[in-house]
Amino acid sequence: MIYLDNAATTLQKPPQVIEAVAEAMHSLGNSARGTSSGSLRASRTVYEARVKIAELLGCPKAEHVVFTCNSTEALNIAINGTILPGDHVISTDLEHNSVLRPLYRLEAEQGVELSFVPADANGNVSYKDFETLIRPDTKAVVCNHASNLTGGMIDLARVSRIARRQGALLIVDASQTAGCIPVDMEQIGADILCFTGHKGLLGPQGTGGMCLRAGVEIRPLKVGGTGVQSYSKYQPQEYPTRLEAGTLNSHGIAGLSAAVDFIREIGIDAISAKETALMRRFYEGISRIEGVTVYGDFSASQRMAIVALNIRDYDSGAVSDELSQKYDIATRPGAHCAPRMHQALGTQDRGAVRFSFSWFNTEAEIDEAIRAVREIAL
Amino acid sequence: MREKELKLVITFHTTTAAMAMEKACNARSLPGRLIPVPREITSGCGMAWCAPQESREALEQAAKEEGIDVSGVYALMI
Repeated sequence: MIYLDNAATTLQKPPQVIEAVAEAMHSLGNSARGTSSGSLRASRTVYEARVKIAELLGCPKAEHVVFTCNSTEALNIAINGTILPGDHVISTDLEHNSVLRPLYRLEAEQGVELSFVPADANGNVSYKDFETLIRPDTKAVVCNHASNLTGGMIDLARVSRIARRQGALLIVDASQTAGCIPVDMEQIGADILCFTGHKGLLGPQGTGGMCLRAGVEIRPLKVGGTGVQSYSKYQPQEYPTRLEAGTLNSHGIAGLSAAVDFIREIGIDAISAKETALMRRFYEGISRIEGVTVYGDFSASQRMAIVALNIRDYDSGAVSDELSQKYDIATRPGAHCAPRMHQALGTQDRGAVRFSFSWFNTEAEIDEAIRAVREIAL
Repeated sequence: MREKELKLVITFHTTTAAMAMEKACNARSLPGRLIPVPREITSGCGMAWCAPQESREALEQAAKEEGIDVSGVYALMI
């Protein structure tokens, strides 16, 4: 199989990630539950993973790395834990439903007012729109780092300057960028940066988290056992414990930790360069084929390794199925949990076929995918 | 049960801080180990750093250097 659905999840994982999970399942007790050797091994494993993630994503303190089961959980904690009834929030058309649905629910149930920065037909935003929409009562700007549909990016440093001037929080969805390109929450100016472990970070599903700026107050989504302050009726206030009720996925976190080692060994710049080159090769190969419509802006100097397209007037599901059945190429069809982006691109009725690349893909695989698209378009 | 002796016990608000302390001590070859927090102490974190009394200054210095959030420092017969 040629696996080109890495924006959904990376299927090929470094062998050391798999080994680390297996080893953890042989040897770890429960983190933060006493000082027996198994429990301490788990606590050390989780702590080392925090340190590594903090370094990778530019989070100044390891205790400000909170583990969750994925970006969706992190974004739900961030959004529901900071935005209050009646607040105003800015978001964008590039967002995934993991941002949109928590916001829409707050709008419907809590009277939160939402404004969206529109995307144009190429999926680009105008930064002037952030300036126009921001108000004194804007509590937060919830913003994608890169679209999961087109791979197009938002310059978050520009957005954070606008947010900061009004004292609004910047909550970032880094699902598509963490592990793929250098991401530094301090350089970005993010207050909360949410990430998932199973995509570009090459870790197991069920891992992810959030990096917090010091001083950000977040009401926990879950409260419960933490291994500390057992006689307190209330959740401890200190991070990361505040947001980590219940047993952590230490087995998965052990895998994520090994994945970060792998990424650091290769170098994030080398990973980014290879994935970008594969994406460009594919784009060059398919963009001039008659009947192929490609979505998004390929003139930007930096974009993620994603190419979304349609062929003639074919159903994107039928094309993806043909790619799978005839060529054994895995892609994702349909709507990509990004309804506003589909509307901006005009693909709400048919969706799009998304090709997304990872470090483990090869030029030969790209060429095979180009050949398949060319044949289907005939 | 082991015979009790006077020990230095350092407590923390979070497990993360306790783990940071262990790492800091290992890196500096400072004595001690993580133990369950003794019942004489009420503290946030369920584990504490237990070490000989005479290492107090070095341990407090290590915690300070690493920005570790210490909740309390005790001398206890344990």
